[in-house]
Amino acid sequence: MVNDHLKQEIYFMSFRLATFLSVAILLLILVYVFKEGVGVIDMKFLTSMWSHRDITSGGIFPAIMGTVFLALGVSIISIPTGICTAIYLNEYAKDTLLTRIIKLAVRNLAGVPSVVYGLFGLSLFVVFLKLGTSLFAASLTLGCMTLPWIITTSEEALKAVPVSFREGSYALGATKWQTIKAVVLPHSLGGILTGSILGISRAMGETAPIIMVGATFFMGYLPNSPFDKFMALPYHLFILATQHSSPHAREYALGTALVLITLVFILNSGVFAIRYTLRRKKEW
Amino acid sequence: MVKLEKNNVKVEFRGVNFCYNEEQILFNVDFKVPSNRITALIGPSGCGKSTLIRCINRMNEVIPMSRMDGQVLYNKENIYDKHVDVVELRRRIGMVFQKPNPFPMSIFDNVAYGLRLQNVKDKSMIRETVKESLVKADLWVEVKDRLDLSAFRLSGGQQQRLCIARALAVNPDVILLDEPCSALDPIATARIESLLKKLKKEETIVIVTHNMHQARRISDYTCYLFGGKIIEYSETEEIFNNPQNKLTKDYISGEFG
Repeated sequence: MVNDHLKQEIYFMSFRLATFLSVAILLLILVYVFKEGVGVIDMKFLTSMWSHRDITSGGIFPAIMGTVFLALGVSIISIPTGICTAIYLNEYAKDTLLTRIIKLAVRNLAGVPSVVYGLFGLSLFVVFLKLGTSLFAASLTLGCMTLPWIITTSEEALKAVPVSFREGSYALGATKWQTIKAVVLPHSLGGILTGSILGISRAMGETAPIIMVGATFFMGYLPNSPFDKFMALPYHLFILATQHSSPHAREYALGTALVLITLVFILNSGVFAIRYTLRRKKEW
Repeated sequence: MVKLEKNNVKVEFRGVNFCYNEEQILFNVDFKVPSNRITALIGPSGCGKSTLIRCINRMNEVIPMSRMDGQVLYNKENIYDKHVDVVELRRRIGMVFQKPNPFPMSIFDNVAYGLRLQNVKDKSMIRETVKESLVKADLWVEVKDRLDLSAFRLSGGQQQRLCIARALAVNPDVILLDEPCSALDPIATARIESLLKKLKKEETIVIVTHNMHQARRISDYTCYLFGGKIIEYSETEEIFNNPQNKLTKDYISGEFG
């Protein structure tokens, strides 16, 4: 008896320790970035064009906008495609060997390193399809990278819809599509959106692939069209941290990091708000 | 065995075999369901009652890896014929499940669901039918002031009556109930039983139950299934008072099951 209690204490203690460690690491990063980076953040930093010679006289506006445009592009490309694919795979496709292979492949694609997607985008979109190094090519590349993630999480959300809802709907003479539209999708929307937006925020922070397909460190203007090059926060941060000679480069890098983290945070709070309203509507 | 006049037969099974995943569930089932009566299917767990009832609205087709042969006739037409539209069929043959399964929407929308599926747009007609169905399902008085409330806020018994109202709203001809009271307390069960007795004037009712007393209380005909075969099928009074088969006798006297 006593022994069992002791065992339980030891296990709980180690779980508690693990939780504490992961939260502590996260907090440490946040506090560090905030403390070191907040100093450079002001209106000028957020809204001015980048000045290459004297970085203190300019801001990171084009990099912010570049990342926002990129996130929009990736969303437009990967969210509808991903959701439709998930619906097809989970609801319509018969459970054959081919379907299973496709599902397995999608899961594996989610684990392919992002730099490989960059190389793929470079050869397919930039070179072969002659899109050049551009916002469009980068959106397509990151869209491909995000797609397996969105498909997988959407599939999980669809699977979580109880069979009893579907059966209840079929039993009233609903077709498959009517059931999906009226019962399955409303019920799984929260999970699908969460997965999608987490995928997008991951894409926003990618550096390696966009270097190859369209990001540039210095541009005096915002991209005029999807076929322009663009600046992006993560790449900007990388250059400032490793290549730039200005004595202010370090604090500017941290300021850029803070802006990037904040953008991702805003996006994720959006998800939280959507989930909250959907759940209230459902009144489980 | 039950002898029925030909024109009183609503549903008829002819030599139905059903396999799931290489395991045979139903063996050569011949079975007739009379119109405007309550027919109860009883038997121990895993005897094939649910599978049998789900053959009547082709609900088993939702399950992959299943195979069926034989015929199921509804109004003398084989519902497994190629030209039969399963969607149309299920609008005529409603179903209520073991666990109450209201949709995650309001009480009103739950009942209106089937009408909207059929593209009924007339709002006053939808309202009228929703009210009528809730009245029939003995739920109207309890919910009339809160039709916009989520269906999940209702108690288990109310949810099950909501599911009955939902099925009634599309004006079905047959209602299948798959152990509708197994998750409910005795009072909620009693309300559903008296409701079913009222409904048989207009509907043909088939109910699966593993509660023998329930079968005895409400049904006109009772069918005892065991190991995927129909062991005995006759008028309820007859089967409980004077079972012909030893297996039936053992089951209803509580020797097992």
